[in-house]
This record gives sequence, C-alpha cells and structure tokens, in this order.
Amino acid sequence: MEVTLNGDPCTIVNDLTIAKFLSTLDLEGKFAIEINQHIIPRSEYPQTPIHPGDNIEIVQAIGGG
Amino acid sequence: MTSTDTISIAGTDYSSRLLVGTGKYKDLDETRSAIETSGAQIVTVAIRRTNIGQNQDEPNLLEVISPDKYTILPNTAGCYDTESAVRTCRLARELLDGHDLVKLEVLGDKKTLFPDVPQTLDAAQQLIDDNFKVMVYTSDDPIMAKRFEEMGCVAVMPLAAPIGSGLGIRNPYNIRTIVENANVPILVDAGVGTASDAAIAMELGCDGVLMNTAIAEAKNPVLMASAMKKAIEAGREAYLAGRMPRRAYASASSPIGGHFF
Repeated sequence: MEVTLNGDPCTIVNDLTIAKFLSTLDLEGKFAIEINQHIIPRSEYPQTPIHPGDNIEIVQAIGGG
Repeated sequence: MTSTDTISIAGTDYSSRLLVGTGKYKDLDETRSAIETSGAQIVTVAIRRTNIGQNQDEPNLLEVISPDKYTILPNTAGCYDTESAVRTCRLARELLDGHDLVKLEVLGDKKTLFPDVPQTLDAAQQLIDDNFKVMVYTSDDPIMAKRFEEMGCVAVMPLAAPIGSGLGIRNPYNIRTIVENANVPILVDAGVGTASDAAIAMELGCDGVLMNTAIAEAKNPVLMASAMKKAIEAGREAYLAGRMPRRAYASASSPIGGHFF
C-alpha cells in the first residue's frame, strides 16, 4: 500500500502495525510518531494498524537553540 | 558564589544560570565538549523529521546529551504559527517520555526571527491548558512579559537582540523593567555575542541567559563555553554585590589627607 512517510511517498506491505513497520526501519534512539497528525503513544505501536494513504511522521531530537 | 544561589524553574532548582542550545556545532563531539564545559544543566534541542535510512551509524543527540544528565528543553524553532508550535511540543513530550518543559517560540519573520507575539500568546495558552510548563521566547516588551507570567508561563525569555545576531543587549532598560516587574524567572534568550554581553544581562538582574550561536560560532566553541560560564557567574555575583553608584567626576581612592609632599 501507498503511504506518506516524512513527506515522501512510500510503498509498504499491507496489514502492518506501527510496531512491525518500525522493525523494518532500523531506527536508533528516541523518536515519536504521528499518523495523520495524531500522536501515537509508544505503548500503542503493537496494536495500531497503518492504513493506505496514511501520513506518517517520525521525528527525533536534533541540535537546536 | 554560595551553593544556595540557585535558579528555580518549574519547581526544580538549578545551580547553573547558563542555558545552552545544541545547534550549529561542527559535530556531536564538539557539542558534548562545549556543553560540558559550559556547566549548563538545561539544554535545548529541536524536533525534526528522522532521516530514515541515513546516518544510522551516527550517534543520536540524546545519547550525547543524555536526559539522565541534563534537563532537555525541546524548542519550537522554525514554527511560524500556533498550530505547528503546539504540535511540536506534543511530539516532544511523547519523544521525551512525558517530559513537559518546553521552550515556546512562534516566529513572525524570517529576516529578523522576531516573535509573533499574538500567536505566541495563543500557543502558550493552549500548551498551559494541556499541562505543559512553558518557557516563552518573546520580545523585550515589559507589558507582554507580564502577560505571559500572568497566564502561567514558568519563565519569560525576552530577546536581547535578534536570534543568532550576536548584537548584545540592545535595550537594557526594557530588560531591567521586565526583571523588576517579574515574579517568574526572566532569562535573556537570543542576541548574546560574547562574554561581556552575558555578564551585562546578569548584572541587569536576569535570572539566567539562554544562548547557542555565541558559543557554537566562536572560533573555539569550547573555550567560549568556559568564558560564558564565568561571565554568567561574574555577572550574577556583581548583581548580588550591588554595584557602586555612577559619578560624573572622580573620587580619589587614596586618602586625601596625610600628604608629606
């Protein structure tokens, strides 16, 4: 299915939860996730499905003042 | 400096009155060295999209500036409207496991990075209603500073000069008026260029100074971090000591009597 990941179109397999999707990304450190501008608490990753057309944002802390 | 001279922000006491950013450094090693040397206990970070599939071998900022060691202060830098600022703070709170202290800035103009104060007021209210503890970047307007205090911001942070300009304390009279009126910590945020600027802010009675570029863009950032630490402490001590009155003419330091010549 087609989703938008951090502003870019992205094709991922169907029937994914956030937890399964994240396991394919190999992310390090702390991050936070929004789907369609709703924050998904970390505890809900395993049971939150991703739907076609979802707008997924994954953010982290970087240098700033 | 006595160990009891602390700054209290949102119920936590800090011995360092210097708050630092983590932007513009050459690399994370330099970031770590400069911040350690500064003695800062509150450190700002920005929230941005993760680079998926890129640089995964690079250490993460929060591994270098650990939330176990520092109070992390996520900012809303780059936000030009209420909605994106509030959204950024909510993401930061999730990212930092419920940590609710944020630095709010809503910018009005790319050239000056001056704050959009009406939208900052709106965003501050939404964040306070959502149980955030808001440290707010604003103009050096005493009336607005008081307004932010009254609505419940935990610290008010007027600019001394535009962000990243290094122009120093452009309006010391406004900063002093803000300090005199305040019942929450007042921190100069933005505009400091070198150590004397930081000392002046503290001599005016500010509770602290938040800076990034003045350290990160120095030729030797780690040495400048050391200088800023001392300037903040020196300025604070001078403020507490109470400076001598200014006189228009000289006042001899040696006794006037007892001359043998």
